[in-house]
Amino acid sequence: MQNEKQSRPSTPAMVQVRGVSKVYEGGVEALNGITLEFPQGQLTSLLGPSGCGKTTLLKIIAGLITPTAGEVHVDGKKVTGPGPERAFVFQDFALMPWADVMRNVAFGLELKGVKRSEREAIASKYIQAVGLKDFERAHPHELSGGMRQRVGLARALAVNAKVLLMDEPFSAVDEQTRRKFQEDLLQLIDRERKTFIFVTHSIEEAVYVSDRVVLLSRRPSRVSAIIEPDISRQDDPDKIRRDPAYLDTVENIWQGLKHYVE
Amino acid sequence: MMIGRFRVPMLASLLVWAVVWEICGQSGASLVIPPLSNIFRRIVEIVPTPSFMNALWITGRSFLLGNAIAVIIGVPLGIVMGRSLLADRMLLPWVNMFLSAPLSALVPVIMVLFGLGEKTIVLTVVLFAIWIIVLDARAGVKGISPSLVEMARSFGASPWQAFSRIYVWAALPEILSGIRLGLIRAVKGVVIGQLLVSIVGFGSLFELYSSRFLMEHFWALLFVLFIFAFVLNEILVWLERKVEYYASSRH
Repeated sequence: MQNEKQSRPSTPAMVQVRGVSKVYEGGVEALNGITLEFPQGQLTSLLGPSGCGKTTLLKIIAGLITPTAGEVHVDGKKVTGPGPERAFVFQDFALMPWADVMRNVAFGLELKGVKRSEREAIASKYIQAVGLKDFERAHPHELSGGMRQRVGLARALAVNAKVLLMDEPFSAVDEQTRRKFQEDLLQLIDRERKTFIFVTHSIEEAVYVSDRVVLLSRRPSRVSAIIEPDISRQDDPDKIRRDPAYLDTVENIWQGLKHYVE
Repeated sequence: MMIGRFRVPMLASLLVWAVVWEICGQSGASLVIPPLSNIFRRIVEIVPTPSFMNALWITGRSFLLGNAIAVIIGVPLGIVMGRSLLADRMLLPWVNMFLSAPLSALVPVIMVLFGLGEKTIVLTVVLFAIWIIVLDARAGVKGISPSLVEMARSFGASPWQAFSRIYVWAALPEILSGIRLGLIRAVKGVVIGQLLVSIVGFGSLFELYSSRFLMEHFWALLFVLFIFAFVLNEILVWLERKVEYYASSRH
């Protein structure tokens, strides 16, 4: 497995997960002693078999779920609940169906009490950034799945959080849209310089978009490996999918995960 | 429906029954059934009278006030029950009991407590309308997708913000249908309340007409109330349809 930790400038950890365990009511053990660091300005994927607790871990980092043991620090502060330095992108988009794109995107700012003119200016900037320029007054039911998730993404970007938490954001959109999305995400990471934590069950997706891939084992989940794909993302995004390093990394991870499936 | 090659409109059957009624009335078969044409003549005659307008005003006032109270208390109560398991456990049995209880039997109790005035009528309206409003608001809130609730939390919504900007709107289709059903029950409430108190509004008119055996007047009054309830229901159905576009797209 590729590991080029030494060659990269060491970046300080934005998110630190220390000994986090989660046992759900009824005794289902989702996570068992997870310790992880998420470097600033990088995209780290949490990858593992379905039902392995990766979404649970993401929601613990988001402050939406309280861990049974252990703690999470974001930007040096202990997590006790949701906070403005983190923004969440939901698997099922979680848009308000009664509100138009503009209000949905500006909703985080609306809750903070930002003035209407100000928040709409910020929101329209991000609506444009995700490619929905002419849909500001459209309602979610008028948009395709892919467009809805772009709204979810713009909403998370608009609050200008340091950490973006994405829970299988592309799993509910079709394959072609997903590919386009992954390519756009690479540009976005490049432009926004935020810390991304990305949950996915697709090996290809994880390798394609991530600086680091964290492999989680089956429930109760532990960290089974951390892989840093050695892929140059400066080139044409289409090239990455044919890059031997990309293909090898995907194959390596598959070999590692295979025994969970059998 | 088609008869031969002709399309028959939905409400055409009413015409048939109206003719049957008219024939029965004209034949003088029963004293309590006057001819329909006389009843309609009476409607035109009594509606503009001051006693009718006064009764309408009093009835309308207690009807609207009672419904306003039922909505203002019922909707937040339903939302709280939908969100809090404790509140739900404490209150649900009562709400279910009152929903199916013969509430008319409770009106005399209200009368004893609040006297023979408008207050009693208003409370009767509340008593009839509120339970279905509570239950439907509760069901609406229970049906909100969990991720929408998490979304509000993750973007830092206070409990009040979550209530006023998410729960109310997400549950709006159910809340509106609860209010519609509540209003229909409230029509019963206001009439039963006034009949039992019988010195207020339409209740006093019913009392007057039936004690003097003015059957045409009696039916005319009843028809006005029927039409009122029907039109009210249609308006609310129309309103509900207007918000349906997102009820169907929210899952």
